[in-house]
Amino acid sequence: MSGIVNWAVHFFMLDEGPLIWLSDFLIGIASVGIVVALTYFKLWKWLWDNWLTTVDHKKIGIMYLIAAVLMLFRGGTDGLLMRTQLSWPNLHFLNADHYDQIFTTHGTIMILFMAMPALIGFFNIAVPLQIGCRDVAFPYLNAISFWLFFVAAMLFNLSFVVGGSPDGGWTSYPPYVENAFDPGPGENYFLVSLQITGIGTIATGVNFLLTILRMRAPGMTLMRLPMFTWSVLITSIIIVFAFPVLAVCLALLLIDRDFGSHFFTISAGGMPMQYVNLFWIWGHPEVYIVILPAFGIFSEVVSTFSSKKLFGYSAMVVSMIAIAILSFIVWVHHFFTMGAGPGVNSFFGVSTMAIAIPTGVKIFNWLFTMHKGRIEYKSAMLWAVGFIPNFLIGGLTGVMLAVPPADYQYHNSYFLIAHFHYVLIGGTVFGVFAGLYYWWPKMFGVLLNERLGRWHFWLFMIGFNICFFPMYFLGFMGMQRRVYTYPAGYGWGVINLIETFGAVLMGIGFLVFVLNILWSARYGERDVTGDPWNGRTLEWATTSPAPHYNFAIIPQVKGRDAWWLMKQAGESINGPKGIPFKPIHMPNNSGRPIIMCAFFFIAGAGFVFQWWIPAIIGLIGVVVTMALRSFEYNDHHYIPVDEIEETEAAAGRL
Amino acid sequence: MESNHKFHQEKGFPWKHVVGLFLSLVLTAIAFWLALATNQPPAVIITIIVVLGVGQLLVQLYMFMHFTESDEKAWQVPTIYFALFIALTIVGGSIWIMTFKSLVA
Repeated sequence: MSGIVNWAVHFFMLDEGPLIWLSDFLIGIASVGIVVALTYFKLWKWLWDNWLTTVDHKKIGIMYLIAAVLMLFRGGTDGLLMRTQLSWPNLHFLNADHYDQIFTTHGTIMILFMAMPALIGFFNIAVPLQIGCRDVAFPYLNAISFWLFFVAAMLFNLSFVVGGSPDGGWTSYPPYVENAFDPGPGENYFLVSLQITGIGTIATGVNFLLTILRMRAPGMTLMRLPMFTWSVLITSIIIVFAFPVLAVCLALLLIDRDFGSHFFTISAGGMPMQYVNLFWIWGHPEVYIVILPAFGIFSEVVSTFSSKKLFGYSAMVVSMIAIAILSFIVWVHHFFTMGAGPGVNSFFGVSTMAIAIPTGVKIFNWLFTMHKGRIEYKSAMLWAVGFIPNFLIGGLTGVMLAVPPADYQYHNSYFLIAHFHYVLIGGTVFGVFAGLYYWWPKMFGVLLNERLGRWHFWLFMIGFNICFFPMYFLGFMGMQRRVYTYPAGYGWGVINLIETFGAVLMGIGFLVFVLNILWSARYGERDVTGDPWNGRTLEWATTSPAPHYNFAIIPQVKGRDAWWLMKQAGESINGPKGIPFKPIHMPNNSGRPIIMCAFFFIAGAGFVFQWWIPAIIGLIGVVVTMALRSFEYNDHHYIPVDEIEETEAAAGRL
Repeated sequence: MESNHKFHQEKGFPWKHVVGLFLSLVLTAIAFWLALATNQPPAVIITIIVVLGVGQLLVQLYMFMHFTESDEKAWQVPTIYFALFIALTIVGGSIWIMTFKSLVA
């Protein structure tokens, strides 16, 4: 009996102190609260019919974004815990173990479970509407992608309170993460949940690649695509080619850990450095996967709020293609210090610097789009304008890091930390916020409050610079990343304290954003026109939120900025009056994606804890649910003409 | 949604897929058998596995991925060139990067 109790205490980490107890308590309260609320308001059926089984790209996009904002909260809390621990020398707010686990989960969650789903959420919300079609190429697969991400995120977060979090950094380098040095389920959580979400991401890449190539409205040639859609097209190509490398890399390490092979061990012929090599073959394209869609969002926002067409459209496209190709030939700059020799390091140093050229072209294009435009500083535009100087600082310090001899100094110092936070927050997170303010009316039919939006922006912008700019200097002063505390007398203390203050400001900025969401849901201005920003692309041609079928009649596109041209010509989105509606063919909802992904979760938990029976049950469940799809013949329905007429009449488009 | 139905549909028993599945399983099994149950020098095993891998690739492309089918622009062609570029970069690059190991080991 006491054996079981001891096991359970250890398994549920009750011996790890008050932070874990608090988390257990909060998770318990939140879960019970959700179940009670759903039951009390009789919302289970609504939840199942409208959300859990949906294959509608607009709803899947909303679910992605809700999950991403929750994960931003989780990752941000991790960040604040770390900043608290580092705010003064010799603090012991967190011990070394906990600090290691928290920086690992912070990085992993922010990249894989915050940035990726937020951007994929925007893919879902904007792309089908922008190219004038009714759903993505594979709506059912799209639902599977979302649920794979969701169960992977849940599995990963579970590690905080069950069995222990991974502690090898978000890069999870062997040999440290091999069983010999890092036993226990922690690293398995990392490997398995990334593997699961990676499958979903590859599917998303295929889905959007095909959607954009095959489902454009008539007249929407590739060179008429809105710039966000172009960025999604390029990103999808990078996803399809980069993510399989991650899958292989993680699988090899998992086989090492679960089945005792020696791919990356230091004994028996393993080669840990090969992991580093493989990881960054994916890892570098990955940073372009999370920045290119943000570039796309900024392009839309800058052009809309300057009331001008985008400057240098073809240059934008060419530079994105150049970035996509270059992103695959620069990966060694993440490990110059491995010592692969001057030939290798020079090649990859030069190729890295070359990326600054297409990126610079894009920056100038945004500036020239704003030049002589009628700029409206709405919240979305603030984020886009704030992005430019921040990203510039991040980008230029990136070029500094690309010089191999200099990198031997900067490597793994706070200079590096400052650099990648400047590009990932200044680029991706600013892009996500710009996109949220910009597309919020299209998602929910409500505008976010501008006043709170400005508070959110300025608190976050100022806090961000206070938090991360001093890190460049801290790096020069010798502070290394991933140290959980440091002695007094190095002169690091005050700078760290200032940074922590900045991090708190960012946290307050985030809370203002949450307040904005809540306030706007109740009191926010309703978007009755469907086009609150005087937009240029087709998503603004339809109601906010868009009807289930998006467009009653597929629009005819006559040029770039299709909706702007229609407005200039006084045309309706439904074409000339009197075109009869036809029944619209739509995919059916299905509960199978969420069930299949529940089996993925069971299998994943099996691989994490090396419980082979659940692992096998889970995998069989996955195969069976997948096979059952092949025997589903009744997978679509038609929306009758009456219903379309009713919806269109209500929207004032008849 | 409409355009989904424009895709080529196969008639009759899907022999191509069955043969493809069988071939890919056999190729995988041979690779495992070579690595686990034979005693050849690593260089030989690696060479054979690379050849098997290329075979696997062709099986996937021709048997499952509708590589030879197209009813509009042939999007496959530039994609395949890009894929070749990526494959060569990853394999060639990794070999080049890892050569330093023979100098330091």
